[in-house]
Amino acid sequence: MIIVTQKLQRLKWFNAENYENTMQKWQNKVKGFILGICMAIIVIGVCYVILSPLIGIVANSIMSPRDIINPMVFLLPNEPTLEHYGHAMTHMNFLTGNDITISIPFTDVSFDILGGTIFSGTLARTMGFSVSFALLHVVIASLVGYGFARFNFPGRNFIFAMVIITIVVPVQVYIVPMFVNFRFFLGLDFNLLGSHWPLLFLTLTGLGLRSGLYIYIFRQFFRGLPKEIEEAALIDGAGFFGTFIKVMMPNATPAIVTVLLFSFVWHYNDTFYSSMLNPGNNLMAAMIGGVGSTFAQLENINDPALEQLVVFAGVVLAILPIMVIYLFLQRYFVEGLERSGIVG
Amino acid sequence: MTGERKGLTMRKKQAIAGYLFILPFLIGLVGFFLLNMVQAVIYSFNDVRIVPEVGGLVMDGVGLENFQFVLFQHGTFNRELIESLIDMVWYVPLIIFFSLFMAMILNRHFIGRSFVRMIFFVPVIMATPAILTALELSMSMMMGGRTNVPPDVMAEMAGFSPEAITFILGDFGLPDDLVGFIVDSIFRLNEILRMSGVQILIFLAALQAIPAEMYEVAQIEGATGYETFWKITFPMVSPLILTNVVYTIVDLYSHSPVVETATSFFFEMQQFGISSAMSIVSGLVACMFLLLVGWIVSKYVFYVNG
Repeated sequence: MIIVTQKLQRLKWFNAENYENTMQKWQNKVKGFILGICMAIIVIGVCYVILSPLIGIVANSIMSPRDIINPMVFLLPNEPTLEHYGHAMTHMNFLTGNDITISIPFTDVSFDILGGTIFSGTLARTMGFSVSFALLHVVIASLVGYGFARFNFPGRNFIFAMVIITIVVPVQVYIVPMFVNFRFFLGLDFNLLGSHWPLLFLTLTGLGLRSGLYIYIFRQFFRGLPKEIEEAALIDGAGFFGTFIKVMMPNATPAIVTVLLFSFVWHYNDTFYSSMLNPGNNLMAAMIGGVGSTFAQLENINDPALEQLVVFAGVVLAILPIMVIYLFLQRYFVEGLERSGIVG
Repeated sequence: MTGERKGLTMRKKQAIAGYLFILPFLIGLVGFFLLNMVQAVIYSFNDVRIVPEVGGLVMDGVGLENFQFVLFQHGTFNRELIESLIDMVWYVPLIIFFSLFMAMILNRHFIGRSFVRMIFFVPVIMATPAILTALELSMSMMMGGRTNVPPDVMAEMAGFSPEAITFILGDFGLPDDLVGFIVDSIFRLNEILRMSGVQILIFLAALQAIPAEMYEVAQIEGATGYETFWKITFPMVSPLILTNVVYTIVDLYSHSPVVETATSFFFEMQQFGISSAMSIVSGLVACMFLLLVGWIVSKYVFYVNG
């Protein structure tokens, strides 16, 4: 090797240093290439594991009943059809058909508006429900988080430790008394169950679906912002609340998007709170659970395979809206996570 | 200054404003959380029935009977509790390491990265029980059978034989237990993936928050990739490991069969006292486990700001 190098060195265009450099470069290139291939295999493999059941669902949801008993058909249907989507839409009341009764607590007054319009559909209702609760979470968690981040008051660390405890102690531990307390609200015979009021009360007081986590995110985020930006506003006499609204919130977009997206998705998917506190609700997660049996009942169908196809179509209908929303928000989302100090 | 004029120091004003900001949470803490926790404990020592005519609950003190029933008389609760605990011991390290690994891969630059990131968000979206059932069914369809078959049989139908892996790993001279662990983990890959969506996102954010200068310095000093990982990446994301451990344990607990049993006692049998006792026993066990793991992990956590 050495001799070869020495011989080569005599050539004008070649010297040892150059040779080593080239070798190094090639080595790095080959290394990078092999590493890249390994990574591609892992990424593609894991993506396949995630997506394959989803692909199965989409493919099955457009198969005709003849295709599913045909052993020659795998994924690509011979007679693609959209009829299952039609069934799923009808039986999930996807676009229209739920009653919306708004009842005022402590009274028997309730009224039905918007019946028969698109706003009575499961999609619009669930969207409205999830978006409004997500917004509420943002408002409450940002207020509380700001309080913890910027003000000194006695017992602050203790109370913040309680926030952590509400995150850590699962709601399942105290769901029984919570249920009873909402059944006999304020110790009286007011039944708040079967409406959105219990969850609304919980959310407004920072104890809703993973509220503690959002408070934590906002607190960390506000702590990470420089103090100078609000000091100027305070000196100008904006007041604490004014400063919060005018200065802090506009600077908190990443945290807001993170909390919005997380709480939106979790409310959209939640079955625990809604089945405990609002049994008989017709939100997406509940409707998708019942669409198979509803379809079989109403259409008088005794074929579990066919029933399953409708469920698959329903699943696609249910997750499509969130996928679209995530597609639009993901740019802000990752940035938000990064800056929102879940990290700090 | 303005504070003194009004008779309040700036400090007091600040304290009052602080309390006002966290007021919503204070109300919830006292009015819902603490109250409910105390009541859950009281229920667990009583036989609780709802009697609408009286306008509330009727409680008869039964001492430790509920706990005795839960721990020693109920047919499956004991076993479910132990199984949930074993599941946690099993899943927590797997999920943490897997999600850190995936986050590190997703943090690199490659073509179609944002698309891949979207795919990794899919398990977070599809977390509803009904959708999960549909997914499982579809999974078995994708692997070639419509019926519910055991995972190893299913895997074999898909052209993947677990024996092959067992033999290969055995030939390497690995101990049997380790081989069993690896093969089992491979079968649980699907579940692990499904449960590590949020953790991957959190780790991804943590990785992006590491200043690039650190890596530059390491490169100039000639550190290998291995050293870079253990000396920079790992310490920098270690606080988030703690967060993720907590998140994973709480998540596992709230989907465990123990909780389902407690819920069924509550809804189907209206046994509020027993249900509360179950929740408290399982919650205590989960919290003990959480504290233990948290204590172990926090020993290795490194904070930049001390």
